[in-house]
Amino acid sequence: MKAGVGAPGRAQMSERTFRTDRWRTYPITTGAILLFFIAYATVRIFMNQWYWAPEEHYLTPLYSPCLSDSCVPGSSHFGTPLPEIPSFIPMAFITFIILAGFRGTCYYYRKAGYRSLFLAPAACAVPEPHKKYTGESKFPLVILNSHRYFFYGALIFALINIYDMVLAFHGKDGGIGMGLGTLIIVINVAMLVCYTLSCHACRHIVGGRLKNFSKHPLRYRYWTFVSKLNARHGQYAMISLVTVILTDAYIMSVAAGWITDLRIFN
Amino acid sequence: MSYKGNFKIWRGDDESGGLEDFIVEVNEGEVVLDIIHRLQATQAPDLAVRWNCKAGKCGSCSAEINGKPRLLCMTRMSVFTEDETITVTPLRTFPVVRDLVTDVSYNYQKAREIPSFAPPKNLGLGEYRMKQQDVERSQEFRKCIECFLCQDTCHVIRDHEENKENFAGPRFLMRVAELEMHPLDTEDRVREAQDEHGLGYCNITKCCTEVCPEHIKITDNALIPMKERVADRKYDPIVWLGNQLFRRGSHKR
Repeated sequence: MKAGVGAPGRAQMSERTFRTDRWRTYPITTGAILLFFIAYATVRIFMNQWYWAPEEHYLTPLYSPCLSDSCVPGSSHFGTPLPEIPSFIPMAFITFIILAGFRGTCYYYRKAGYRSLFLAPAACAVPEPHKKYTGESKFPLVILNSHRYFFYGALIFALINIYDMVLAFHGKDGGIGMGLGTLIIVINVAMLVCYTLSCHACRHIVGGRLKNFSKHPLRYRYWTFVSKLNARHGQYAMISLVTVILTDAYIMSVAAGWITDLRIFN
Repeated sequence: MSYKGNFKIWRGDDESGGLEDFIVEVNEGEVVLDIIHRLQATQAPDLAVRWNCKAGKCGSCSAEINGKPRLLCMTRMSVFTEDETITVTPLRTFPVVRDLVTDVSYNYQKAREIPSFAPPKNLGLGEYRMKQQDVERSQEFRKCIECFLCQDTCHVIRDHEENKENFAGPRFLMRVAELEMHPLDTEDRVREAQDEHGLGYCNITKCCTEVCPEHIKITDNALIPMKERVADRKYDPIVWLGNQLFRRGSHKR
C-alpha cells in the first residue's frame, strides 16, 4: 500500500511535488552552515590551545569559563576548581555540553535541523523520505523537552560572556584599551544575549505559563518584551552562530600569532 | 491587459485522475479562482471546485497552486509570469471527492474530540468578565477561518496516513491552546494535548505558520507554548515540585 500523498483515496499524482520555487535553497544553505559549525566546533574544542590572547585579554567564548588547572595563566577568570584535564579530553567540555545542548534543543534549530539534516520535511508540502514518523513523542527525541534546563545554563554562560567582554577592554599597557577584537566580542555578546533572551523557553518562564496576565503585571511586561525579541529568534540564532565562529577564529588567530590585533586605542 | 495563461488542472476522483492542460484568458487584477470560474464557464463546465466568499474569509477554496497550499481566491495571478504554467491540484492530505474538491471530514472529527469551553460553574451567561491582556492570546487564534491549509501542509499526516488517528493537527492543537490560555476556561487541557491530541508529533517545522492565510503564528504562539506547558507538567520535576509544595493548579495561575 502506498503511503503519504500516494495513500488510497487521495488524488493520485506521480509527481512528488509541484513546487516551482527554489525550495531546496533553505535546507541546503542551512544544512551547510550547521554542518560547518558542528565540524568547526568539534575540531576547535579538541585543540585545547589558542583560546586566550594574554596581551589583549581576549578569551574565546568556546572556552569560557576556563576552570581547570590546564588553563593557560590569565584565562581563568573564575579560578580553577577543576584539576588538570588530559589533553585528549576537551578542556571546555562543560561549555560545549551546555551551549551545544541549548542550540541542539532550541525550537528554531529543531526546525532548521529537521528540514535540512533530517529532511522531515525538507520544505513545506514536499514529501519526506521516512516511512515512519513519531516526532518528538518517543525516545530519543522526547529529550528535546529538556530545552529549559539548557536555557538556564545558557543564561549563566551569557553572564560569563558579558564578564569576559568587560575584561576585553583591558589596554595593552594597562588601564582601558580597545581593539578590533573587543568590538568583535561586543557584537558577539550582544547577539548571544539576544539569542538567549528571545528563547521560547525564556518566553514561557517569564510569563507565558500564566493564564491571567492581569494578575501579574510585571511578568506580563517581561513576557511582552521577550515576545518582541522572540519574533526574531531564528535570525538571532543564525547570526549568533556566525558571530561565535568569527569571534573564536579571530581570537585563535591573535593567540596563535597568525595576525596582530588592530588596536583602536591602547 | 489580457493574455492567454497556461494551466494544468488535476481532474479525477478517488480512483483515478490526472493533470489536464488548459489555455485560459487572464485579465489584470484577477485571482486564480477567477481563472477556475472562467474555465468552468468556457471549457470545463463539470469541473468541481468548492468556493464561497471570494474574500479569503470562508476558507472554502483551499487547493495547492504550484505545489503550495493556498486559497484560490487569495492568490493573485500577478505573482506569476505570463509564460509560467500554473498547476492547480486538490489538497493532497485528504481524500479527493472530485477534481479540486476534497473530503475534509477528518478535521470535523478532530474538532469533535476537543472538549468545549468550560467556564466557571458559578458564572451565568452575561456574567463573564475578562481583561483584554488576558484574552488577547486566545483572540489571535480566533482569526482562524478553518481553511485547513495548515492541516494539509503538516507532514505528520500528509506523509503518514497512519498518524491521522493519533494527531489532531495544528489547527486543533491551536484550538486546545486557545482554550488552555482562555482566562475563564477551567478545564485542564495540558495532558490531553500530549496524550490525546498528539502534540508530541509536532516537530516545529513551522509549515503551518508559513501557509496560514490569516498570518496566525501557529507554531510560536500556540504549539510551542503548549509544548512548554506539557514540559511543565511531564518533563520538569522542579515545576512539578513547586506546584505540589505551593498547591498551584493551572486554573489558578
